[in-house]
Amino acid sequence: MHYPSPSNSHHKLYRFHGGLHLPDNKTQSNGRPARAAALPKRLILPLQQHIGEPAHPTVAVGDRVLKGDVIARAQGLISVPIHAPSSGTVIEIGEHPVPHPSGLPAHCIVIETDGLDQWGELPEPIMDFSTRDPATLRQRIRDAGIVGLGGAAFPTSVKLDPRQPVHTLIINGAECEPCITCDDMLMRERAEQVVAGIAILRHLTGAKSCLIGIEDNKPEAVTEMTRAVASSGQEGMEVISIPTLYPSGGEKQLIRVLTGEEVPSSSIPASIGIVCNNVGTAAAVADAVLQGRPLISRYVTVTGEGVGEPCNLEALIGTPVVELIEQTGGYSGRISRLIMGGPMMGFTLHDDSSPIVKASNCLLAASAAESPDPGPALPCIRCGQCASVCPVRLLPQQLYWYARAKDLEKAQEYNLFDCIECGCCSHVCPSHIPLVQYYRSAKNEIWAQEQEKRKAEQARKRHEARLARLARKEAEKQARLKKKKAVLAKKPAGKAKTGAPDPKQAAIEAAMKRAAEKKARLAAEGATPRNTRQLTEAQQRQIDQADARRQAAGKAEAHTEKPVAEEQE
Amino acid sequence: MQFPTITSPHTARPNSVTRTMLWVILALIPGTVAMTWYFGWGILIHMVLATATAVAGEAVVLRLRARPVMPALKDLSAVVTALLMALALPPLLPWWITVIGVVFAIVVVKQLYGGIGYNPFNPAMAGYVLLLVSYPVDMTSWVPPEMLNPHPLDPLQTLSLIFTGQLPTGLDWDAVTAATPLDAMRTELDQNRMISEIRQSPLWGDFGGRGWEWVGNWFLLGGLVLLYKRIITWHIPVSMLAGLLVMAMLFHFIDQETHPFGLFHIFSGGTILGAFFIATDPVTASTTRKGQLIYGASIGVLVYIIRTWGGYPDAVAFAVLLMNLSAPTIDYYTQPRVFGHRDQGDE
Repeated sequence: MHYPSPSNSHHKLYRFHGGLHLPDNKTQSNGRPARAAALPKRLILPLQQHIGEPAHPTVAVGDRVLKGDVIARAQGLISVPIHAPSSGTVIEIGEHPVPHPSGLPAHCIVIETDGLDQWGELPEPIMDFSTRDPATLRQRIRDAGIVGLGGAAFPTSVKLDPRQPVHTLIINGAECEPCITCDDMLMRERAEQVVAGIAILRHLTGAKSCLIGIEDNKPEAVTEMTRAVASSGQEGMEVISIPTLYPSGGEKQLIRVLTGEEVPSSSIPASIGIVCNNVGTAAAVADAVLQGRPLISRYVTVTGEGVGEPCNLEALIGTPVVELIEQTGGYSGRISRLIMGGPMMGFTLHDDSSPIVKASNCLLAASAAESPDPGPALPCIRCGQCASVCPVRLLPQQLYWYARAKDLEKAQEYNLFDCIECGCCSHVCPSHIPLVQYYRSAKNEIWAQEQEKRKAEQARKRHEARLARLARKEAEKQARLKKKKAVLAKKPAGKAKTGAPDPKQAAIEAAMKRAAEKKARLAAEGATPRNTRQLTEAQQRQIDQADARRQAAGKAEAHTEKPVAEEQE
Repeated sequence: MQFPTITSPHTARPNSVTRTMLWVILALIPGTVAMTWYFGWGILIHMVLATATAVAGEAVVLRLRARPVMPALKDLSAVVTALLMALALPPLLPWWITVIGVVFAIVVVKQLYGGIGYNPFNPAMAGYVLLLVSYPVDMTSWVPPEMLNPHPLDPLQTLSLIFTGQLPTGLDWDAVTAATPLDAMRTELDQNRMISEIRQSPLWGDFGGRGWEWVGNWFLLGGLVLLYKRIITWHIPVSMLAGLLVMAMLFHFIDQETHPFGLFHIFSGGTILGAFFIATDPVTASTTRKGQLIYGASIGVLVYIIRTWGGYPDAVAFAVLLMNLSAPTIDYYTQPRVFGHRDQGDE
């Protein structure tokens, strides 16, 4: 295969199985330059915008925050902080609709902006990054809240700390999904910044080779990036125009196209010495390192027949979707669904008050013509078109069969977890079966079962530990008793006769002696027990009688011990 | 503002079962025209009869099964089954035999197993085989091709013959029917005649029976359309034809006088129709690429074996049904290597 391009005429490209040539619908939104979106009145910042632990709020309702201030800190290794995208006041911390496939609301910090857009204190720019310790730079990237902007939103600092040596850094500018043009516009308009970021990423990974893959339906981006790479003077960095074929922007697919290597199943690219980052992420890294600026805005494509003027906006993270729609001509009246992401992998938003998050690359306000209702699913006719387009070479039809029958073990045997949910199979299915949906739900079910299993396992372990502890205690007790018995058995029966004083007996005697001495001393001092003072006559009489009886009884006892005992019984 | 929640992908789907079936029907047109040209109006009459029976039968069963009737009828799969079966039936077959075959195909073989997508056997071929074993004489009474037919029947005569069994005055059955070339070849070979002798007869053309040998080309044209429209892939037709051809060439090479030339097998009987339209029925075929090659080649080999040593002159239906049985097993053992996996997925 030969693809004319000044930079990659010599670079060998590889194919992955299947894939689709889709109408790319990109010209609607990439005709105008990107512009900054207007400052919204409210910014809604979900605490979980990344893969990993959610961030923990460090502000309270009523606090004033400045642009760039940390408002939630990272919790744990796989997590990043969240920053205030503009200055204002925290007015709420609570549940709010967020862009998530589940459609469930999530915890958000809501900031009412003050319109001043006043910057807080930012960390020092690090201009001489190439002389700095990678750990310092990684910390800076983490502190800036940077996650993969291609869609997965995995904390970038973690990705840049591979355990294996890295030989190749791959920069993903493929942007293979139809309709989305945010990476395209970013590369066209900020190629220098992207390349500066790539240089930092390269320094961090230590990769000798750096390949920037861009689909050939973006010739302007290829030209700009080629120019920026040339003027940066970076050696071994190459912009490569790759054939447009969905999903070549999938991480493993792009690696295959550019290097011919297949990342092993359930492994990360680092296991074969490759790290892959998105162009948007590279630009964010450049901001963070060279300017100290945290990740508080991104390019977002707003497109589809449902909006008036499709275009790209540089929007603050947290801007409600509806405000971006209003700035792009508003709803055109033809909208039938609102999609976050592209038409192949995006998910529908139930509520347009949901905010833009770090991973939001596109808002697709699709008309009924663009996204027609495929109608009810018909039975599978086993045509196998799904298998012929699957980029992972799965057998989607068999997977569907097992997922539907809830035979999860068999589904895993057919490599369910290698599915990248690209949607190619669903797209071509003549029976309009929502295949990907079946795989997602099967995966979720397996995860839930595994969690259940882990819990049960934990409970079992705990139970076993408890039984062991009880058994140990019982054994110890038995051992003690046995030892004691042995000691007792060793002791001669009549120890008193031997003259050896029993320590217990001695202690008792000593105590009695002490009590007697005390009594005598008190008597000598004229003190009597408190409760015998000021007795009435009747009481004194009773006491005397009792004393007399005791004395009589004591005498009797001495002589007739047995009968008394019997009487007591 | 609030919007509906719908799962991805959000694209317009280019494909549908109806579209697939419609292309199969369109691709049958050249072959149907050729068959009608050579063998008369009976072909079309049976197509109409079979289609009406299939649609009515499917509607009744769906109603009995309390399933939506219209979506199932609209997918046109019953029509395809009916058309394929009608093309395989002798043109002057009594109407009720066709009805029995089609009802069996649609009601028993397809719907009783759960309808489209669930039937393990190809309905058209199962229906055909039922008729072949039940009415062997009627099912092997073909008509001579146009150029060899001294008494071609007009549409009304054909209609009357099919529906009432009434032959035009002055004609008897032997005058209007003839054996197929496969049947003729077989009968004569059984009488220990040499192929060079057999082929002296005016029944024979360049490489098959006269008339017959050209029908296959028209079905082939339809098959190429299906390939071009990606309704089918090349794997099953090519491997089936290759399997048959290799067997035929091998035995022809061993003994030219008792084993006809390879192309005779390819362009006789239902080979081409079977390769492009019947063996490729997705529901009952193998679905993995490697599996399809094994499936197709096995049908080809079986066709040769049954034609040469079996009890029936043509064998496409039996071969297809036998391989329908094996398709799930073939699929299981021919899973492709999944991306990022080193070994076969079937370990």
